[in-house]
Amino acid sequence: MVATLKELAAKEDKLSPGHRLCAGCGASVVARMILNASTLPVVVASATGCMEVSTTIFPYTSWRSSFIHNAFENSGATMSGVEAAYRALKRKGKMKDEFNFVAFGGDGGTFDIGLQSLSGAFERGHRMLYVCYDNEAYMNTGIQRSGATPMGAWTTTSEVGKKQAGKIQHRKDLTGIMAAHGGYVAQASPSNWRDLVKKAEKAFAFDGPSFINVLAPCPRGWRFPSEQTIEFARLAVETCYWPLFEVEGGKYKINVKPKTKKPVTEWLKPQGRFKHLFKDVNADKLDELQKFVDDQWDRLLALESACRLD
Amino acid sequence: MARVEAITGNVAVAEAMRAVEPDVIGVYPITPQTIIVEAYAEYVAQGEVGTEFVAAESEHSAMSICVGAAAAGARTMTCTSSQGLALMWEELYIAAGLRLPIVMFDVNRSLSAPINIHCDHSDTMGARDSGWIQIFSENAQEAYDNFIQAVRIAEHPDVMLPVMVMMDGFVISHSIQRVELLDEDKVKKFVGEWKPDYPLLDADHPVTWGSFDGLGGFYFEYKKEQYDALQRAKDVSQEVAKEYAKLSGREYGLFEKYKMDDAEVAIVAAGSTAGTAKTVVDTYRQNGIKAGLIKIRLYRPFPAEEMVEALSGLKAAAVLDRSPGYDVLGGPIFQDIQSALYQSGTSVPLVNYIYGLGGRDVLVSHIEKAYEDILNVAKTGKVDKKVDYLGLKE
Amino acid sequence: MTKWNYKGIKAKDLPKGAVIPEGGTAADYETGGWRTKHPVLDKEKCINCLFCYAFCPDSSVIVENGKVVGFDLKHCKGCGICAFECPKDAINMEDE
Ligand code: SF4
Ligand code: SF4
Repeated sequence: MVATLKELAAKEDKLSPGHRLCAGCGASVVARMILNASTLPVVVASATGCMEVSTTIFPYTSWRSSFIHNAFENSGATMSGVEAAYRALKRKGKMKDEFNFVAFGGDGGTFDIGLQSLSGAFERGHRMLYVCYDNEAYMNTGIQRSGATPMGAWTTTSEVGKKQAGKIQHRKDLTGIMAAHGGYVAQASPSNWRDLVKKAEKAFAFDGPSFINVLAPCPRGWRFPSEQTIEFARLAVETCYWPLFEVEGGKYKINVKPKTKKPVTEWLKPQGRFKHLFKDVNADKLDELQKFVDDQWDRLLALESACRLD
Repeated sequence: MARVEAITGNVAVAEAMRAVEPDVIGVYPITPQTIIVEAYAEYVAQGEVGTEFVAAESEHSAMSICVGAAAAGARTMTCTSSQGLALMWEELYIAAGLRLPIVMFDVNRSLSAPINIHCDHSDTMGARDSGWIQIFSENAQEAYDNFIQAVRIAEHPDVMLPVMVMMDGFVISHSIQRVELLDEDKVKKFVGEWKPDYPLLDADHPVTWGSFDGLGGFYFEYKKEQYDALQRAKDVSQEVAKEYAKLSGREYGLFEKYKMDDAEVAIVAAGSTAGTAKTVVDTYRQNGIKAGLIKIRLYRPFPAEEMVEALSGLKAAAVLDRSPGYDVLGGPIFQDIQSALYQSGTSVPLVNYIYGLGGRDVLVSHIEKAYEDILNVAKTGKVDKKVDYLGLKE
Repeated sequence: MTKWNYKGIKAKDLPKGAVIPEGGTAADYETGGWRTKHPVLDKEKCINCLFCYAFCPDSSVIVENGKVVGFDLKHCKGCGICAFECPKDAINMEDE
């Protein structure tokens, strides 16, 4: 049973206010939802990034649970160490408490610099949930491209000029990479809070590694007004740019199938980072993005039906 | 009952680890350290230890795992060599800055390029200012003894810093030596139970590790306190050594003085070379020449005052560095000693030899050459070449 | 309020390794000053779906017994998500 908002609201948030994330930041909505889904105390690790710096400015911490920041590329390994300590101390009878373990990383800390550390942690099978809050660029250092930045997006290292229209390459399929590891793997969006909370609950109940990739719109880096953070997460789902699915025991399941798939331009157009794509010269880029989304969606549908066969 | 065994340096270290039986080991294999990892994996497989043995996917992750485990409240160890230590570089500073008492064994090996798997001290020297305590060992027995003492030094409330213990790759790590192993329960009693101040794993007392030091924060003050703690490790290492002597009968100083009482010339060396140098000293002594040796043990914090005291009055001394010093001022140990002498206003004619890089054999004749040179300096009072090389091919 | 007394903390009292020895101290830090607009609730229109609570990035929608009772203006940054997401237009963003 998924907790209701009424039940969730009755508990104190595990992330306190007073953090210094931007107004309307998607990352803190994601963190709140994930953490509040845990019925056990949690230990949180975070890679260097917006969330980490904004929530731990000494002597202020927003974490009402134990928290550790180590470095940028090693949220997975750091949490592996915490979980190993838990196992050892339990076995030796030195500790009674029970915990869930949650590691956070942005897309830079997960898709790029922290991928090896995450992969190692997954392969070793530590009981932890790794959450990537994907805001599609290095936002903490001021909007640079990452392996998660969509093709065509403007960032300060994928510029728009006479010879280039934003990022040249498509984003990588991190959720697919993680699904290839086994464990419990899902993709979620804060707009679909029930689905997200349910996935977090499933991850916490799973006796092994789990990974949830959550889209975390960034008003500053995507260039949209702060009140529309959830709306952009929603549009990403409705256009099938950001499909909601999960992989359990190697089986794919799509959790939300929009009745009508909105054109991806509905998601792109209001975002300042894609503004240049709507000039005539870049019409082919829009087509290519739509094709990317369609291919991704078709592939997912095929994977789902292939998994239903046996 | 202590037992005597004929084992390699690597097995001696694994035995020390088993006796301490840390809560967590985060580790990655690399030559010549691998045998330690393999031996410990065997203890785990046989159910002889209750350690959580985490075989990481890189040394960077191995040290990251150690940082996470130590902050969680576990007694934590690792071991590495060469490129492995280099890959840990970022995490070394974090472990020290977070004041985590992680204990690591570094089996000394050269650094690439060209790739070379044999002994020199370049790896350790690259980490000499990372805030870790560093302890050199001459042989397998010392590696064993130092590693056990390192736990107590690291976890001492006046210190709370990570410790790195070293021995020479292959020369010591792979050669069979006589080692006296202590009873494991006595070792466990000696290291005691580890009670951390702020473990992550305490549901009633949530804590935040790795906080962000904002503008106008305390970074500077933390670094000063870290420096002070590192200096305190000098005295703490001696307290621990005294207690360990009661247990083992083997006492360790900040460094070892060999035939230094009336010495007129001396060599300063670290690692297995000191063993070779002792036999050279003995030969000189038989011929009535007053030669001595100082063997480095505690390298960080560097016991500068004590070193100056030990060297003062010598007519000449040679410092042997088993790592390349890339600037004109010589190798790292030489620079430390030269600075210490200069600061205290003590003048001892000093020469530096870079030797043994990439596992180049350290021959008696090389060490004799150094002694002959300083005997000549003692006679003439003149140093021709401040920094020279021993054993370089023509 | 926090138990750990960090106000005017001196170098000699710093916890080793910059550990913050208590959870949630950031609640003492007020971010309300960032706002240019603040949310105002129309209780008549509100159906207590709690979407505003769910989507607030700053845990600033105050819920008591399953009902929205107001906003934590010490921390609310005025992002406007609650007002935008409210299905009943029960929240209005008003100038400071
Ligand atoms: S979103 Fe609107 S209707 Fe729902 S609880 Fe909040 S104010 Fe009330
Ligand atoms: S305006 Fe933003 S910060 Fe303020 S209560 Fe509404 S959602 Fe929360």
